[in-house]
Amino acid sequence: MPSVSLKVNGKSVTREVEGRTLLVQLLRDHLGLTGTHVGCDTSQCGACVVHVDGQSIKSCTMLAVQANGLEVTTIEGLAAADGTLHPMQAAFREHHGLQCGYCTPGMVMSAVDLAKSHEHLDEKTVREGLEGNICRCTGYHNIVKAVLAGAEAMRSQPAQAAAE
Amino acid sequence: MSNSHANAPANATGIGASVKRREDFRFLTGQGTYTDDINRPNQTHAYILRSPHAHARINGIDTAAALEAPGVVAIFTGKDIAADKVNGLPCGWLIHSKDGSPMVEPPHPPLVLDKVVHVGDQVAVIIAETCEQAKDAAELIMVDYDELPAVTTSPEALKDGAPLVHDQAAGNLCYDWHLGDKVATDAAFAKAAHVTKLDLINNRLVPNAMEPRAAIGEFDRATGDYTLWTTSQNPHVIRLLMGAFVLGIPEHKLRVIAPDVGGGFGSKIYHYAEEAIVTWASRKIGRPIKWVAERSESFVSDAHGRDHVTHAELALDADGKFLGLRVQTLANMGAYLSTFAPSIPTYLYATLLAGQYTTPAIYAEVKAVFTHTVPVDAYRGAGRPEACYLIERIVENAARELGIDKTELRRRNFIPPSAMPYDTPVALQYDCGLFEKNLDQALALIDYQGFPARKAEAKARGKLRGIGLASYIEACGIAPSNVAGALGARAGLYESGEVRFHPTGSVTVFTGSHSHGQSHETTFAQLVSDRFGIPIENVEIVHGDTSKVPFGMGTYGSRSLAVGGSAISKAMDKVVNKAKKIAAHMLEAAETDIVFEQGKFTVAGTDRSLTIGDVALSAYVPHNFPLDELEPGLDEQAFYDPKNFTYPNGTQIAEVEIDPETGVVRIEKFVAVDDFGRVINPMVVEGQVHGGIVQGIGQALMENCVYDPQTGQLLTG
Repeated sequence: MPSVSLKVNGKSVTREVEGRTLLVQLLRDHLGLTGTHVGCDTSQCGACVVHVDGQSIKSCTMLAVQANGLEVTTIEGLAAADGTLHPMQAAFREHHGLQCGYCTPGMVMSAVDLAKSHEHLDEKTVREGLEGNICRCTGYHNIVKAVLAGAEAMRSQPAQAAAE
Repeated sequence: MSNSHANAPANATGIGASVKRREDFRFLTGQGTYTDDINRPNQTHAYILRSPHAHARINGIDTAAALEAPGVVAIFTGKDIAADKVNGLPCGWLIHSKDGSPMVEPPHPPLVLDKVVHVGDQVAVIIAETCEQAKDAAELIMVDYDELPAVTTSPEALKDGAPLVHDQAAGNLCYDWHLGDKVATDAAFAKAAHVTKLDLINNRLVPNAMEPRAAIGEFDRATGDYTLWTTSQNPHVIRLLMGAFVLGIPEHKLRVIAPDVGGGFGSKIYHYAEEAIVTWASRKIGRPIKWVAERSESFVSDAHGRDHVTHAELALDADGKFLGLRVQTLANMGAYLSTFAPSIPTYLYATLLAGQYTTPAIYAEVKAVFTHTVPVDAYRGAGRPEACYLIERIVENAARELGIDKTELRRRNFIPPSAMPYDTPVALQYDCGLFEKNLDQALALIDYQGFPARKAEAKARGKLRGIGLASYIEACGIAPSNVAGALGARAGLYESGEVRFHPTGSVTVFTGSHSHGQSHETTFAQLVSDRFGIPIENVEIVHGDTSKVPFGMGTYGSRSLAVGGSAISKAMDKVVNKAKKIAAHMLEAAETDIVFEQGKFTVAGTDRSLTIGDVALSAYVPHNFPLDELEPGLDEQAFYDPKNFTYPNGTQIAEVEIDPETGVVRIEKFVAVDDFGRVINPMVVEGQVHGGIVQGIGQALMENCVYDPQTGQLLTG
């Protein structure tokens, strides 16, 4: 079996995986990072979004071996070590942007990348930017509010936002 | 917007406060524990081989090659299930037809024996060291099918010569039921000045909670205990149905845990075959077994929703007063009866056909029909949205036909507050409702008066602008148990709650309700914080584990707070009553002189008081305690069986614009005025309303579940 070495949430790891093992399976089944969820088998739902070298990707759409030598951040790596929430996580809580919590990790990871890659976010950009993340509980209304507030907070609290 | 700020918060974490959710930290940091996040030592993985055909006879299943595949531990088929005398999945509600005969209840085997009746029907289970190995092996199983003709819609299934889903269900009819007064309704139509007719399809939907269903079965040889972790809205119901009816496991040897569950919308109420399969097979192989659905699999194995075909007629007098409503509905049950399927198009649908109106005579006929499709059961509102959709559509049509403004026609027919409590002609008693006031508020919020100008402005831009409204009423918290039982329910409809004070004053609450997004850990704790006057941090809410919580019925039908919250409230009353006696003893006062307020027991008119924490300590360290009269401890349990439903109601209005060039629909404005009674946490309630509105919009504009009528293949998903 091929071996894959990568950095996950700042820690170097090496695992032997099958060639067909997906990145999400490496994270969940081999590394026990079950915060990254699987909600579909068609790369539509976005529950599995993580950051690879700082960019959001659907970890069900990438083979584990493709992540060899790269840096992966999962939802478990977003908050500060002392448990202080990342501004985007805090905004989701503040604006009630989650209910059952299943889509939340992917939603938050996508939102962080969206905030980082846009100088200014407006509602339309958020809605379009999150088209690849499905939520069935909230109707998105509060998610959009949370992302706008979280992006704003990331700009005004660059230190916490950079903790990632 | 939603209008739910009826009550001002009493304290920062009490009733009426928008307390931020306590469950959020774990969900936001990836530390939730959903079923698929759980792994048991020595665990195996199951894959279900499903039927690719809508209807076929199975001549044989050859598993020889698959059994030799790498990693395979075992393969079981319907023959193994039958040999072990595993029963079929039971149905939880018995409907009787007009003629008094019971509905047809075909067997629903966890794994089929010799015939498949829908795409996705369970044919075999492959258990292997890894999920991928199980899937690989499944491809080596040879099933010899003889394909048979299939039927997917209820009108087609009722036709002479339609393929039969079950031999025992002649004409594919499950039941032919009715409700209301036919003679009075016919008489109303005979004197009508106008009759509005409507043919309506309420389209089939796939519920699609974000977390796919999953189950882990484990058998402990040392103790003989079974444990099932499952994505369920009601773990005790699963324990009862699976233990008592399917597998014959006594309840004290079966623990069902529904940990964090990623949404349900009804689809996770039911007892599913996979739960029974992994539990049963875990004993056969002596190892834990995990099964997790893939999304494509969810589409062909999770119970679907809606699927009504209806013809309705509304009789009106010359003034636009409703005289009578006649409804004929065909309800597609799918291929088997899912757990509560028969109750949805009957007691949760036809009973709501009065809506908010004084229609004096209503007669509804409902035929439930088997087809070669996935079973249909409760989904988001379950029957009640189907009723509302029908009523509001026919009222809209009547208004257009009569040239009366749609709001005016409703006003003429609303049940006035002075008529409450109001007995409808379809068996419900509404307790309250300010229907016209809600409508007025909604109209003001959306500026109904200004609509014609907005429409004209849109027309000038080449857009079609429209406004639609629905004045709804829902019956929530189905009850009481004895009435439901008389109507065919095979279960109770109460809820349990236990309130356990600990010696140092913190509280653990055990509820039979289950949260899968509804925020019980926050809102139920608010109830406790409010009643006991203790910080919310000192309250823990426990749910979802049959070994911890008292027997409870779970969460569905908008019942958690109304029924489960009331059970907790009753248990808290018992705690306060006992604590008052203890406090009286400790304060050397008469019990009648003790007042309990804001967490303190005070001798009325004095400054002598004890906190409820002081009393709790005394209850567990009963040195200064009335041991002759009371048992030590402060731990009370209650079961609450409501006397009636609760009746949330309101008016919601959508204003939309259609681009006639592209057909794109934009929702320009949406207003919701909802009367929910006393709101515990406005933030949470508004979140629930947002989600409900968007699922409704989803059904109206974007969602549909479509079968190929010839082959019975599911085209959606």
